[in-house]
Amino acid sequence: MLEYIAKRLILMIPLLVGITLVSFVVIHLAPGKPTDLATMMNPKASLEAKQRLEELYGLDKPLHVQYWNWLKRLAKLDFGRSFSPDRELVLTKIGGRLPITILINVLSMALIFLVAIPIGVYSATHQNSLFDRGTTVFVFVGFATPTFWLALLLMILFGVHLGWLPISGLKSLNYDQLSPLKQFGDRIAHLILPVLLSAFGGLAGMSRYMRSNMLEVVRQDYITTARAKGLSERTVIYKHALRNALMPVITILGLSVPSLIGGSVIFESIFAIPGMGQLFYASVMSRDYPTVMGGLVIGAVLTLGGNLLADIGYALADPRIREARR
Amino acid sequence: MNRPGLYADFWRRLRRNRLALAGGLVVVSLFVVSFLAPWLAPYDPAYIDVSSVLEGPSKAHPFGTDPLGRDVLSRMIWGSRISLKVGFVAVGLATMIGIFFGAVAGYYGDWVDALIMRFVDLMLCFPAFFLILAVIAILEPSIWNIMIVIGVTGWMGVARLVRAEFLTLKNREFVLAARALGASDRRIIFAHILPNALAPVLVAATLGVAGAILTESALSFLGIGVQPPTPSWGNILTEGKDNISLAWWLSLYPGLAILVTVLGYNLLGEGIRDSLDPRLRV
Repeated sequence: MLEYIAKRLILMIPLLVGITLVSFVVIHLAPGKPTDLATMMNPKASLEAKQRLEELYGLDKPLHVQYWNWLKRLAKLDFGRSFSPDRELVLTKIGGRLPITILINVLSMALIFLVAIPIGVYSATHQNSLFDRGTTVFVFVGFATPTFWLALLLMILFGVHLGWLPISGLKSLNYDQLSPLKQFGDRIAHLILPVLLSAFGGLAGMSRYMRSNMLEVVRQDYITTARAKGLSERTVIYKHALRNALMPVITILGLSVPSLIGGSVIFESIFAIPGMGQLFYASVMSRDYPTVMGGLVIGAVLTLGGNLLADIGYALADPRIREARR
Repeated sequence: MNRPGLYADFWRRLRRNRLALAGGLVVVSLFVVSFLAPWLAPYDPAYIDVSSVLEGPSKAHPFGTDPLGRDVLSRMIWGSRISLKVGFVAVGLATMIGIFFGAVAGYYGDWVDALIMRFVDLMLCFPAFFLILAVIAILEPSIWNIMIVIGVTGWMGVARLVRAEFLTLKNREFVLAARALGASDRRIIFAHILPNALAPVLVAATLGVAGAILTESALSFLGIGVQPPTPSWGNILTEGKDNISLAWWLSLYPGLAILVTVLGYNLLGEGIRDSLDPRLRV
């Protein structure tokens, strides 16, 4: 197993280099020097900011030297300093924002799991039932719903009209005066809508995926065998079929990391949550290049990490792979 | 295999699929509304009327008015042009890039294939939305830049599909026959193999249009897409968010338009897939 993980880690290296290369190309897309653009487009970017950009990328040097220097700094996790007035290190800035984004994404993944899998299994075992048709409609509508729009509607309903849930930030203004228990409740209340909405898109996809997996597995010979030897339908479905149908879901979870991270931009800016997505959005708006580049690289690395975890999880779960890798 | 038979069969199956027809109807309506916008819109979408700011839906303004007193229905009708354009240009671009890379990788195989496919893997590592935002941050946010960026970051799926088709088709008899007759690689790729590989591409493109419309609306909603005063469904929703406690109609209707349009493209795409090849049915 360790050998397998080591092999996977080595395979990631060319991808990491590729990620930096693509990011480097992106920052050099600007017509003319990025510094010209930054100073032209952003009145906040002073001459000093321009100098710092040139220092960061060594813009007076040839391209391959620039790239090499940038790469050397990245290897030391040095993303430079932000253009914002506080001039914070990009790494500190992103590091401070990452936990809340990861928390929301993990919670919404858990929600997707808890809701989508039973839905998928039930639809598959009751194919063409009213429930199955209902969820099919839900899935199609779910795929077509812009989640930021749904967020607006839920904010209007629960926040403005009913006043049940807070619609912005992570805690109430009077947070510090609340008892610890109420503080916890306050936190939860602030997380409900963001987690719900960030799970929404995945929910439709995952229940559909689970349904077709299950339908596929139920047709396999070993299910017929299990039925033939007189096992109860319950045992057949939950012990024999479900386990095998769950396997590919692990991969899908890994693959959904980039869209979850990308989606965080939308949720965090709608709900004013100080996470990585909001930071990235704010940096894009203020043309804070070092932070944008840092976010791009870190976002891609997180995706790679998610894929790696999914592959390892898959290898652990599937005895065929587990044995072969020994 | 005779082609008219194949296509007649396709049409027969597509016509029987009521959901696909409904989807097609939505798509056709989008075309009609976009083209007839100047005649359909009851008001000038840019006409500012300070005497009717943020009015709820009424007979005069069925979908209400925005913070500048502009008619929301008229702005939505004109906004449909953006959705139509984005779908076509972005997906057209993505499809062309995807076909090119997929065809070259599948046809030549070997290290060319390995190189292109690793590049596809690499591009898929980036959270697409981050990549799009980063590029938009550096270029100007304009309708053309958005369409180009959505296209340039969205071709990987098509490339994989086309490659897979090419891998199975490139050793078929008709390809060998073309090669024996001395056809050039370019001719074999584009005139012989590609037409046979287009079915899944058509499906992916139709579904891709839906995705592109969603992405554009999200970008415009965040203020980095289509810039006001040009109306788009996404940027009307931004006004909805800014006036969330005052004007629900600014939030409800444009989102509904996006939902229905995207649903239409998705249903049509799925219908085309089922009609082209019933084996692909999920």
